[in-house]
Amino acid sequence: MTASNNGVLNSKVPEGNLQDKWDNHKNNLRLVNPANKRKFTVLVVGTGLAGASAAASLAELGYNVKAFTILDSPRRAHSIAAQGGINAAKNYPNDGDTVWRLFHDTIKGGDYRSREANVFRLAQVSNSIIDQCVAQGVPFAREYGGLLDNRSFGGAQVSRTFYARGQTGQQLLLGAYSAMMRQVHTGKIELFPRREMLDLVKVDGKARGLVARNLTTGEIERYAGDAVLLCTGGYGNVYYLSTMAKNCNATAVWRCYKRGAQFGNPSFTQIHPTCIPVSGKYQSKLTLMSESLRNDGRVWVPKKKGDNRPPNEIPEEDRDYYLERRYPSFGNLAPRDVSSRSAKYVCDEGRGVGKTGLAVYMDFADSIKRLGVDAIKAKYGNLFAMYEKITAENPYEVPMRIFPAVHFTMGGLWVDYNLSSTIPGLYVLGEANFADHGGNRLGASALMQGLADGYFVVPYTLSDYLAENLHSEKIGTDHEAFAKAEKETMERINKLLSVKGKKTVLDFHRELGELMWDHVGMSRNKKDLEMVIKKITGLREEFWKDVNIPGENNTLNKYLEYALRVADYMELGELMARDALDREESCGGHFREEHQTEDGEAVRDDENFCNVSSWEYRGDDKEPVKHVEDLNFEFVTPTQRSYK
Amino acid sequence: MSDQTMTIHLKIWRQKDKNSPGKLVDYTVDDANPDMSFLELLDWLNERLMNEGREPVEFDHDCREGICGSCNLVLNGMAHGPMQGTAVCQLHMRKYKDGDTIVVEPWRARAFPHIKDLVVDRSALDRIMAAGGYISVNTGAPADANAIPINKYDADLAFDYAACIGCGACVAACPNSSASLFTGAKIAQLAHLPQGHPERKKRVVSMVDKMADEGFGDCSNYAECEAVCPAEISITSIAEMRREYFKALSEIE
Repeated sequence: MTASNNGVLNSKVPEGNLQDKWDNHKNNLRLVNPANKRKFTVLVVGTGLAGASAAASLAELGYNVKAFTILDSPRRAHSIAAQGGINAAKNYPNDGDTVWRLFHDTIKGGDYRSREANVFRLAQVSNSIIDQCVAQGVPFAREYGGLLDNRSFGGAQVSRTFYARGQTGQQLLLGAYSAMMRQVHTGKIELFPRREMLDLVKVDGKARGLVARNLTTGEIERYAGDAVLLCTGGYGNVYYLSTMAKNCNATAVWRCYKRGAQFGNPSFTQIHPTCIPVSGKYQSKLTLMSESLRNDGRVWVPKKKGDNRPPNEIPEEDRDYYLERRYPSFGNLAPRDVSSRSAKYVCDEGRGVGKTGLAVYMDFADSIKRLGVDAIKAKYGNLFAMYEKITAENPYEVPMRIFPAVHFTMGGLWVDYNLSSTIPGLYVLGEANFADHGGNRLGASALMQGLADGYFVVPYTLSDYLAENLHSEKIGTDHEAFAKAEKETMERINKLLSVKGKKTVLDFHRELGELMWDHVGMSRNKKDLEMVIKKITGLREEFWKDVNIPGENNTLNKYLEYALRVADYMELGELMARDALDREESCGGHFREEHQTEDGEAVRDDENFCNVSSWEYRGDDKEPVKHVEDLNFEFVTPTQRSYK
Repeated sequence: MSDQTMTIHLKIWRQKDKNSPGKLVDYTVDDANPDMSFLELLDWLNERLMNEGREPVEFDHDCREGICGSCNLVLNGMAHGPMQGTAVCQLHMRKYKDGDTIVVEPWRARAFPHIKDLVVDRSALDRIMAAGGYISVNTGAPADANAIPINKYDADLAFDYAACIGCGACVAACPNSSASLFTGAKIAQLAHLPQGHPERKKRVVSMVDKMADEGFGDCSNYAECEAVCPAEISITSIAEMRREYFKALSEIE
């Protein structure tokens, strides 16, 4: 592993004042005239918020779009599951919010590991997103006067979060999906459901197409285009158990990495503090309880170890409201990474609750006393109902049991200010890129970023690239690069199917997940990381010798799809551990035990790590090479985050 | 959390592809846990089948939180199983008794061609949406979000209709295989919002016509759809759809 900074990474952040950068940049980006737009085909992979909004916006502009989803309908992408809300700097409540403040909160929340210019642009376009969504008919919550309602979310001291009950992601996605389906109707978007991108096709160093498996027939299909947009979400399922949907995966991203796109900050993972705890080995995924609950729920554990009394029988004086105690100014609204780590500590001390001891209470009794059951029901009714459905416990009467779970990955393919990866013509949007959340994402910022990238960034920056390539030769799917990618993909599939070993894909995924959760999770150290890299290498070797995949390729075969994804997780997991080992500091969701204060708070090292680690693939038998993009803070001064 | 285990007998529809005949096949899971979701029971069964060298059961699933609309199973004749307002991914085995037998079938409707085992093709629903389930506004054009106040009653009602997860249970439960609840929900949502008004006539006609073209039946007010809808969409949406349709026909020259 060698560190180098050989000039490969040019962030292309425009000159000028922070406030002027994006406008100036737009003034300088080349345009494609309307008659030429229809000569271009853009391949959009993934149809969540980023993909659907990009596909719709590009088609509206006149480009031909081919959109791919692994699911049977674009409307099912996992953006749909986001509950809490979407941030914007509208300042409708008159509580002092500004674009600057949203920017500042986001960059501070990310623990100063993101690019100023990107984050400022995100805050700038946030207001247009709300306008766009309302115009599409997204039914945001309203007040009796008919205007939009806002709430405070995820530790913000202003109310800037727009929401649609506990189903904000669903409503935003249906808005973007409907815009997309309108373009399907006009013929500008051609939709390819049940397709999984399995490789990127490069010609002369540029992204010119992809090969995808038709998940119904097993056929490998070739698609050519002038640019490829990866909008395939995050890689949290490396951990096996996460709040991600079962089909969320890293394969498209990983295949692009192996074709030369660098991977930024792979170890930056967000562990969300308020999820429903694991109940048994059969558990297939974890369910998030929106952190909006932390506005009214008080988090506590018993003061004494092994206090097994039912929660309602534990008197006030025997309870430890540990977030309120440790972080008096933010209390239960402390950021996600801080809240999660605190829950881990109290459970490590043996004060966790529930049968497994891996849970803490979130208690609404005080709020119900203060506001009444009806008010709590109006705010959180659907979340409480969901909790009761899963656990068979009534949270109006007994405190919820919650525990942290993997929820989001801040890392992703490295992109410049234009959202271009290190492969020309390959753009990466939404959670799939590494760009805007630094070491830790704030609540209600993921929806904002996905839609910002798709509606308001890539339509501009992509035109600049396409204008430059107006006279490039059109590549057909008969090009040898397609044949080669198809052949390699088929070989990989056939190799997997021919193993016919003894362990199921799930066995391997569970094992990998446990290694990752225990050692590349909420708390990391050198010794464990070195050990886990070796173990993952061993597990990967075993996988290719002993996995048992049922059935054949030429039919719907979900366990084959799954095996291809797990094969890639085995490689990505190792890269995550390497990055975590290399980053000798604690920042955001990345907590290295060697770098903490006496009372267990994270210690960042701005002198050596105020940068992005970007990893370059050099071959299966070689170690990846790290490149560094220095983060220059011109407009804000990094400070140690304090929520005390 | 439970330490008990239970025995569940399953009769699962197995069908290789749409050209092969299908049949119900018996399976028994003798170590089901009451806290498992129904889909986790199928995972559990599939693990066992694969360890025995048999082919696992294919079924659609994704978020397992009841919001994506992927899962689509008919359990003992009920779309999404016995719990009201619940997608099958959120149905837990504690709702069953030790020794119960559950018949598991796919959505059955002419407009949903069969793919494999419990998996069907629901893309007809997307095509209904493409026919008009949107407000025609391009990115970048809108006015300020607070420019049009919307009274809370209509906004909340629009939300109730917008909550549809597009799973198609309404079609599976309907004796006519009608997609009226699905289609009506989108039409009613947009009819209650001022943004939806400019296109309301064109929208309802083109969506309703598309629904018929795709091979869905008409609505005869059985209300089975409402009974199984995991998002609890009310059949008032169908009444709204009809009202919109008649109004549109009477006013369109």
